[in-house]
Amino acid sequence: MLLATVIAIAAIVMISASFVVLRRERNEGLTIDPPDLTDVVDISDVLSGIEVADTDSIVESEPVLDDAPRPSFRDRLAGARSSLSGFLGGIFAGGIDPGTWEALEEALIRADVGVATSTEIMEAVKAKVEAGSVEDAAELPALVKAELVERLSGFDRSLSTDVAAVGGQPGPAVWLFVGVNGVGKTTTIGKLAKREVDAGTKIVLAAGDTFRAAAAEQLTMWAERSDVPIVRGAEGADPSSVVFDAVESANARNADVVLADTAGRLQTKTNLMEELSKVRRVAEKGTGTVTETLLVIDATTGQNGMSQAEQFADAVDVSGVVLTKLDGSAKGGIVVAIHTELGVPVKLVGLGEGINDLVEFDEVEFVDALFE
Amino acid sequence: MSEPSSGEPAGCKAILTDWRRRYPDPNMFETLSDRFDEIFSRLRGRGKLTEADVDDVLREIRLALLEADVNLDVAKNLVGRIRERSVGEELSKALNPAQQVIKIVLEELTTSLGGEAMKITYASKPPTVVLMAGLQGAGKTTNTGKLAQWFKKQGRNPLLVGADLQRPAAVEQLRTLAGQVGVPVFSEPTDPVDVASKAIAEAERTGRDVVIVDTAGRLAIDEALMEQVRQISGQVQPDYTFLVIDAMTGQDAVNTAKAFNDTLELDGVILTKLDGDARGGAALSVKEVVGKPITFASTGEKLDDFETFHPDRLASRILGMGDVETLIEKAEEAFEAEQAEEAAARLMEGTFTLDDFLEQMQQIKKMGPIGNLMGMMPGIPKEARDVEIDDRQIARIEGIIRSMTPAERADPDLIDGSRRQRIAQGAGMQPGDVKNLLDQFTQMRKMMKQFAGFGTKKQNPKNRRGKNNKKGKQKGGRRKGGRVTEKGPAAVPKSPLTLPGLEAGEGLPPGFPSLPNN
Repeated sequence: MLLATVIAIAAIVMISASFVVLRRERNEGLTIDPPDLTDVVDISDVLSGIEVADTDSIVESEPVLDDAPRPSFRDRLAGARSSLSGFLGGIFAGGIDPGTWEALEEALIRADVGVATSTEIMEAVKAKVEAGSVEDAAELPALVKAELVERLSGFDRSLSTDVAAVGGQPGPAVWLFVGVNGVGKTTTIGKLAKREVDAGTKIVLAAGDTFRAAAAEQLTMWAERSDVPIVRGAEGADPSSVVFDAVESANARNADVVLADTAGRLQTKTNLMEELSKVRRVAEKGTGTVTETLLVIDATTGQNGMSQAEQFADAVDVSGVVLTKLDGSAKGGIVVAIHTELGVPVKLVGLGEGINDLVEFDEVEFVDALFE
Repeated sequence: MSEPSSGEPAGCKAILTDWRRRYPDPNMFETLSDRFDEIFSRLRGRGKLTEADVDDVLREIRLALLEADVNLDVAKNLVGRIRERSVGEELSKALNPAQQVIKIVLEELTTSLGGEAMKITYASKPPTVVLMAGLQGAGKTTNTGKLAQWFKKQGRNPLLVGADLQRPAAVEQLRTLAGQVGVPVFSEPTDPVDVASKAIAEAERTGRDVVIVDTAGRLAIDEALMEQVRQISGQVQPDYTFLVIDAMTGQDAVNTAKAFNDTLELDGVILTKLDGDARGGAALSVKEVVGKPITFASTGEKLDDFETFHPDRLASRILGMGDVETLIEKAEEAFEAEQAEEAAARLMEGTFTLDDFLEQMQQIKKMGPIGNLMGMMPGIPKEARDVEIDDRQIARIEGIIRSMTPAERADPDLIDGSRRQRIAQGAGMQPGDVKNLLDQFTQMRKMMKQFAGFGTKKQNPKNRRGKNNKKGKQKGGRRKGGRVTEKGPAAVPKSPLTLPGLEAGEGLPPGFPSLPNN
């Protein structure tokens, strides 16, 4: 480890030096014109001349569909899926031939299921076809669906508040939300807060994303919508301390669950992943117990979703996945592999921007929607 | 601290461990470049390629592309083109077919990724208007800030426009970023289309020569919101419309890009989150389907982690040849050339002191995270690239060295048990850590010296530089700096890029195969 660092530095020094020299020799005789800065205006002059809208008066117009019925998985997906159904319908008409199998595999790959998982599913269905008496390709979709549903079945998709089940002392349960940047962690917490409040759960929000500009403001707006208390720290504050304070505040208020936001981080950033492990540890330092660690994954994510699931699971012991943005044209097929390879189930699905657009995952509907 | 989670039944860590045991094949998550590395190492040394070989390679290439999230149709096309060229007459003429295939793949990848880098020109009548569009969470707001910083560095005066009135606090986020860059923001809580058109007038009035409009994230299938962004575009008549797309995007990247291109006539793409381990196949897909260049790449969380996209760099990175150009640019920005040369010379000579080491560490820190730098270095075997290099290690190393006296830094042999104790105390570390560092440092020094000796012997024994540092500074330094590169061409004609020191010292497998000159 130390050796690697020492050598890395040495290597970078050598290589950089040689290239700098190389480049300079190459450029000898060349003059590089400095950028034209004649029209640079003093920023402060300009700033003073600009009337910016008063921050406090900004009204956001996010659709808050308080009275809208909770959408069904299938309803929401129907629009996005129509193109797919025609495509698959075409494949499965007629007899089974090698082209059918190829088309089947390709359909799964297009849904981001991934080459390895697609091949596995295809082989499993092939084995069934060979063992049985299936001759009409029209029967294949049902077989594929059954295979997919089977792989996605048997997982506990409930969100636990049972602190005793994980060996915790009485006190608030903590649901920690983790994931890469831009997947929708804050929005998910906002929606989930509303849902839990409606269900009669006492909630406290922890604005643990102290890194991204205005992340705490964003969560605060959600907190106001659901009228739940929020604990936040200064921008750049230690996220662990924010979550710790939120837990203690929840305990004092006798709240049931702390929904803890964290800053988005790419799973390859070791330091940030360590920071996340620390947030999880500190969340349990006082009266709190982490009963759910939810990895938020964007449905548009491709095969990198597997790397995300793996790395986050390593760092914070992920208990479930929230699959967001499934109302778009992306299919979120990577969660199949996350279920089967890591044993981590999808627990919630995000189907839109409205406050009610967060629903339970249902494997039958998910698979149906894939092939409808 | 208690460990409350230990009571959990089969946690996913256990499952993960089990899973890793079941799938020990590290290829599952290797990067595209490693994949090609592997394929090509199999081809290497063969005199001829049979048709079956080509099929083998192509199947692997297709698989690699798909695993990298390249769109299926795009992958098929690319493989088709590679096949055509590989089995064509070009190959029969080739001296070394493996090299030929590598060259073809590299060329096709580069072409697919965009040929030449895009150049931003400015409207003759300011302001130059830039519109940012994309899905939710792609990084539009962050990259609006980064782009502002970029324009500012070009000597321009951007005005940022907060037209994302959808996401709570999006305008707040933009204001914070703008504050960091030092540019103004225009927004008002009305209607995104109004805001955008008023912003242009505002820019004209206040003399801002670039306007960057941040819009709300929207799904490509949301007709109402797509119509809204079309109206914004109609109002502001952008000179550049950028689609912001996440490097981690899967097969759907193509649909998104197509829909936005149909609605907005994109001029370019900003590829974000490239600093992760995403293989970035989405970039290939988007470029291929929409035919618009990837203009910028966002490579980190800081405002400065934003650069002009260079297709050739990503292509060579995909092929495991390192991202040398970026490395050079970073080095040029960070290093005092003379200093670095001197340091490199002393490294090879074995007279590199801990002071030199400390100094060079400071320079390197300016270039960004070490892990990223290693990733850009050519010829670094996968094993070395995979070693996690924690930048906090640097802080620890620094702490130790700074706790030494100048005499100790110049001559580490001085450091005995009691000195070690004192240094450890000063740095807040264990004496063992100090010993470790000194051992590693000595070992590194030896290794580098060996490397230098090896290179000299092989090349030209007389070139071995004299012991006089001062003298070497001017002429010798340059020659020495170049020696690394002189050595390279023996193995790699175009990119002088192998790191024998690493290979020899760590017993690592050889780096990238030799490449033909283009």
